[in-house]
Amino acid sequence: MNAKMKKKLVSYAVNLALIIALYLVLSTLIDSGAIDRYYAGIIKLIFINIILAVSLNLVTGILGQLVLGHAGFMSVGAYTAALFTLHSGMPTQGPASVLTLLVAIALGGLVAAVIGFVIGVPALRLKGDYLAIITLGFGEIIRVILLNLPFAGGALGLRGIPGLTSFNAVFFISVLTVYFIYAYLTSRHGRAVLSIREDEIAAEAAGINTTRYKIIAFVMAAFFAGVAGGLYAHHIGVIAPGKFDFNYSVEMLVMVVLGGMGSITGSVVAAIVLTILPEALRAFADYRMLLYSVLLILMMLFRPGGLLGRSELSIAGLGRWLKRTFTGKNGAKPAGKEGV
Amino acid sequence: MSLFSQIINGLSVGSIYALVALGYSMVYGIVKLINFAHGELIMLGAYVVYVTLMLAGMPLWICVILAVVLTAIAGMLTERLAYRRLLDAGAPRISLLITALGVSMLLQNLAQIIFGSSAKAMPSIIPSDPVNFLGTPISMVTVITILTTIVMMVALTALINKTKIGKAIRAVSEDADAAKLMGIHTGRTVAFTFAVGSALAAIAAVLYIATYRQISPFMGSMLGLKAFVAAVLGGIGSIPGAMAGGFIMGVVESLTKGYISSTMADAVVFGILIIVLLFKPTGIMGKNLSEKV
Repeated sequence: MNAKMKKKLVSYAVNLALIIALYLVLSTLIDSGAIDRYYAGIIKLIFINIILAVSLNLVTGILGQLVLGHAGFMSVGAYTAALFTLHSGMPTQGPASVLTLLVAIALGGLVAAVIGFVIGVPALRLKGDYLAIITLGFGEIIRVILLNLPFAGGALGLRGIPGLTSFNAVFFISVLTVYFIYAYLTSRHGRAVLSIREDEIAAEAAGINTTRYKIIAFVMAAFFAGVAGGLYAHHIGVIAPGKFDFNYSVEMLVMVVLGGMGSITGSVVAAIVLTILPEALRAFADYRMLLYSVLLILMMLFRPGGLLGRSELSIAGLGRWLKRTFTGKNGAKPAGKEGV
Repeated sequence: MSLFSQIINGLSVGSIYALVALGYSMVYGIVKLINFAHGELIMLGAYVVYVTLMLAGMPLWICVILAVVLTAIAGMLTERLAYRRLLDAGAPRISLLITALGVSMLLQNLAQIIFGSSAKAMPSIIPSDPVNFLGTPISMVTVITILTTIVMMVALTALINKTKIGKAIRAVSEDADAAKLMGIHTGRTVAFTFAVGSALAAIAAVLYIATYRQISPFMGSMLGLKAFVAAVLGGIGSIPGAMAGGFIMGVVESLTKGYISSTMADAVVFGILIIVLLFKPTGIMGKNLSEKV
């Protein structure tokens, strides 16, 4: 085993240990009642938003295509999952309910992915501004269709969805999502996707089937948005088309932009901060969107790459940064370029 | 309502779209930016009319002039404060788009905080007595809306084709660097384009108030999006295209509302956008641009 492999394994082990530790701490606190139901709800919402931000980052940050209809895919997943749970007759109580939830969100993700494919194939022929507008258009169309579907409850939406989204479910699904997208990114496929962002024409000239990789990334993002939608529906219990509007898509975009377009850990951090912030600043609820808009403009003007840019937070990177700061010596590599 | 009056109604709504679409089209033509904030400039213009007419009680013509001037200034300010820096730095398109989105949200939320988020009723500023046209009664508002739009189009076409600044605008949209070398002040030309586009948005706002008699902080976003669809349909960057696109959109929307379902109108509008983008992304009158490597 060479040194590089070993380093990688150590890094994986450290991250795994940290995730397990985080899980143990949070689940003990929630189970013992030290974190009450209200805060537990916010924690679940944080993990749902992490899935949304990371999946949107896959298309917008990593593939470099601005998508303004992510809430549309989320709503497809939410409605599919909710309708499944409400009408399939599978158990919603007891241990078997976990299976119901898993089947429901898997279905939600799959239907969202199919819709993503149907939309992506024609839409991804366009790029830049036009892609942004067309995804916006599709997002609005999905909303209008949901509003008019006879079995989707119209403007009132669906209510009485069993609250199956447990802390365990959101935690493990979001960790798996982040891991999956990160693994995809660092794979051969991921490098192909990155090359499309850097220079599409050069990527094409180098023999990369750009359309195929774009569609794969797009469909994956739609799938995870659908999964997040399913979790959201079973968390909140009530879904209506009005929730999944353009503003919600923008909120997700703010998370991606703030964290750094192309940085997975950046999206995670931004999702955490931007879910807690509005709750902490309840008194300023009216100013939330105002704050977001100013943030967006200032970020683009002064730090267009986002807080983390394209780099990732990592334990190894943190170690190097500390060493550099306190010993004054330059580390071997720039901080944060190492894997999570 | 008869088919004929549906079409006339559509033309009236369509002329508002056309005026807004012109702003999108001109700005896109010169800086290749989809100015998401353009819809919010309509809202701004409408609120200027609200403040001057309803709160300050000024005569209507002063209100209209103030709306046009202030909205034009606001348009130039957004360009100067938000876009200029990015344009000069040659920032990626995605940054510009996100900034535009931010400006749009900022204006919308500011209006919401200052004036409240509920819609405000406005008096009828243009008498709505019906006029007899080919045996069908048509409201005076409709006639004035369509006529104003036609006058604006003619004036704008003359401005672009006959004046020196119009020539500068055409030069900068053709090739900004070459225009600079020829001694054209590109910054000033871009600012002027934003001002003209915003002034047209203010006129659209006045016509909107005359037609719908209410304003809200959110009035601009849907209107702006539909007008953008109209600009794309007609061929973005093309002035006659924007007019044609606006009228077509208005008529299609009016017919959908009249004969299919009013909730589906938005879906139809975006459906048109998608079909146009897929089959003829350059629109009805757009130029074909090949991509540079």
